Amino acid sequence: MKEKRLVSMKGIGKKFGDKWVNEQVEFELRAGEIHALLGENGAGKSTLMNILAGVYKQDAGQLLLHGKEAILTSPKDAIQNGVGMIHQHFKLVENLTASENIILGYKKTFFLNRKNISEEILKFSQKYGLSINPNDYVYHMSVGEKQRIEILKALYRGADILILDEPTAVLTPQETKELFDILRKMADRGCGIVIITHKMKEVMEIADRITVLRKGRKEGTVLKREVDEQRLTEMMIGKYASERKMKDRQVTNEVGLEIENVTIKNDKGFVAVENMSFDVKKGEIVGIAGISGNGQKELAEAIAGLREIEKGNIKIDHEGIKEKNPRQIIDMGLSYVPEDRMGMGLVGNMDITDNLILKDYRKKKARKGIFIQKKKVRENAKDVIDQFEIKIENIDAPIRTLSGGNLQKILLGREILEDPKVLIAAYPVRGLDIATTEAVYDLLLEQRNRGCAVLFISEDLDYIMQLSDRIVAIEGGKVAGIVKPDETTVEEIGMMMLDGQVG
Amino acid sequence: MQKYLKVEKRNMNNQYGMFAIRIGGIFVALVLGAIFLIFSGHAPIDVYVTMIDGAFGSAYGVNETIVKTIPLLIAALGVSIAFRMKLWNIGAEGQIYAGGIMASGVALSFGDLPSLLLIPMMMIAAFLGGALWACVPGIARSFWGTNETITTLMMNYVGILWVDYLVFGPWKDPKGYNFPITAEFSPSAFLPTFGGTRVHIGIVIAILCSFVIYILLNKTVWGYEIRVAGENSDVAKYAGMNVTKNIILTLMVSGGIAGIAGMTEVSGVIHRLQSNFSPGYGYSAIIIAWLARLNPIAAIFVSFLFGGLIVGGYAVQTSGLPASVALMLQGLILFCVLGAEFFTGYRVSIDKRFFSKGEAKING
Repeated sequence: MKEKRLVSMKGIGKKFGDKWVNEQVEFELRAGEIHALLGENGAGKSTLMNILAGVYKQDAGQLLLHGKEAILTSPKDAIQNGVGMIHQHFKLVENLTASENIILGYKKTFFLNRKNISEEILKFSQKYGLSINPNDYVYHMSVGEKQRIEILKALYRGADILILDEPTAVLTPQETKELFDILRKMADRGCGIVIITHKMKEVMEIADRITVLRKGRKEGTVLKREVDEQRLTEMMIGKYASERKMKDRQVTNEVGLEIENVTIKNDKGFVAVENMSFDVKKGEIVGIAGISGNGQKELAEAIAGLREIEKGNIKIDHEGIKEKNPRQIIDMGLSYVPEDRMGMGLVGNMDITDNLILKDYRKKKARKGIFIQKKKVRENAKDVIDQFEIKIENIDAPIRTLSGGNLQKILLGREILEDPKVLIAAYPVRGLDIATTEAVYDLLLEQRNRGCAVLFISEDLDYIMQLSDRIVAIEGGKVAGIVKPDETTVEEIGMMMLDGQVG
Repeated sequence: MQKYLKVEKRNMNNQYGMFAIRIGGIFVALVLGAIFLIFSGHAPIDVYVTMIDGAFGSAYGVNETIVKTIPLLIAALGVSIAFRMKLWNIGAEGQIYAGGIMASGVALSFGDLPSLLLIPMMMIAAFLGGALWACVPGIARSFWGTNETITTLMMNYVGILWVDYLVFGPWKDPKGYNFPITAEFSPSAFLPTFGGTRVHIGIVIAILCSFVIYILLNKTVWGYEIRVAGENSDVAKYAGMNVTKNIILTLMVSGGIAGIAGMTEVSGVIHRLQSNFSPGYGYSAIIIAWLARLNPIAAIFVSFLFGGLIVGGYAVQTSGLPASVALMLQGLILFCVLGAEFFTGYRVSIDKRFFSKGEAKING
């Protein structure tokens, strides 16, 4: 194949405030290739691609599209130059159909001939093997379908340069495979595809070439067939990832958390968790494996007392929580690291001290009469910063500007500081880089070894297999199977998550 | 146009920069006001000078400004508390009227009591009146999710009309020549004044309130709960706070303090209850609370400026302009200052690359 250059980025630099987040980055994309952009969180991957997609403007360097210099002032500009970006969070209008979303802001005619447009889009989608129903409403769609709409939207607007930001983060293994087939097909038709990711496995599976960024600079571009995972990891983080001090487990037979025939409804009033039963022993990590949206969130919230238990009961240390309010449950020894860090676990506009006392502010160590002892708790906060190696410039500044990893350390630090009896960790490493992920997992293991009952909710089956003592696979709000990691395979769990039965 | 400007997000933590941006907003408001004044045939500089002179240029002016500052500040403190919890209490006006009614009721019924007893009683009654007024929307919001912006607003009209009912009906002064007023309170219900001026002890109460509320919001356990719930009620629930209780409690305290503004007006200035005794202090209070960034100490200074704006508005009446020029300026200032907040979150600069490219073309 003739190697046509779709994108050349030369000496790209980008500054946020006084900090260069990209410096002297060279990047090149050829027609027909799938190019993985690999790097830790904060390595500048998204920034670089946002420059390519017209969201940001570079402060230094030159951008060539299809061999010509391009100055992009908006995403619209970018799409006119053939660059389409599929963001991690889809930008679709839920109340419109697939075809309406695809033409939104593109067709400029006053009246719409829906039938023609739908047919046109159907034909178009079949060309690339993207199966969709143009007349389906987006809110009916699965995550995978929504992603296909996003891809179609870009292709329909004539994009031949496609950027996907962490496209598999929300997909099941099967959906991931489908996506990769589609991407391969598109590359064969002459598109250039960039995948931003930090999942090594997928890089090795799909990429032709790999560019690794580290701390805003380019570490190198390599051909996949010339590297292995270990070499890539070294390029990304500069040292060998430490092997975890894993299996000194001391599972007792004493039950810490009991879920007994529990039924829970979701916000819309539909049953989200149905007749679910399992337990977590003290000193045990139980992993909940399931596709997001299959009742994990509702279950975790019910344990924390934030959601009503319709039927059955949940027991912490043999004590039922059905009639208890969240404060009483906290006092019973429950800690909860929620999925939505900034939306539920932390207050972005407050400083670290105020965030660390969120659960303890009414206890003796934080208050004196009606007053909060700010000085004292601020000193405690300093200890926490040291203990968990939180990188923070100004202890009194709002925490909203901290990186995801530091935020998660604050949240997790607060939740384990009080030596909880039961710890729920929902997607605790989502969006974190490798080093922080390791740190978070070490903390979870530490808690387990201390005798805490840990409920670990994740979508990353590899990590669930590595970390859990037992795995509860759930599907449609029901338990599909309870297995031990050394007696099963990722594929088997994947099947349970999809079919709701042992494969 | 868009092509030549670069708009980028930024995080501004610089106190001086934020202050400068707000001052800039006020300046733009004055310029817009000036354009309006020119079109209505007045010399803007003269009008502004007259306003400033009227409000701050003489001892009398300053005294009047302070008199207006008192209800504005107390009501602004009240709404700030609710705003901190993101409860949009825009019902301070109604709460002022409810507080005025309760204080008047006490003053008219127990006029024989000594000041030292009567005035605290009036204050407590006013607080309860305002709290009651805010409690209705609070309960509706807590239990049925009713939008408190609308309910607090509607309660304003109820409060204003209650005063009308009382002063036209049962409480009407029999010797009042049919004016919609109650009889004058007994002197022991008057707030003491300073010297021969109209400035009354309410200013001390108001400033004291500022500091108490500052401490309450920033240093206490309850203030912490309000701040957390105001930032994000999901976080508050997650932390085990009783958000339902706090919504009602916070709205009641908010309304109660606004109610005290009603008491200081009837007790300190007009010495009776009368129809329309507040010319919209409760609405100006909302603007003041925002401009002060919900900071009770900053509210003292902003209230003083707004008091001056009202007094200055009276001063320009002599030149044939309606006093509502002051109201127009209030609106413009809020509009421009809130508009200017955009610049605290975004940096706008001229895109140099675009121009350099253009030059290159010309040269080439």
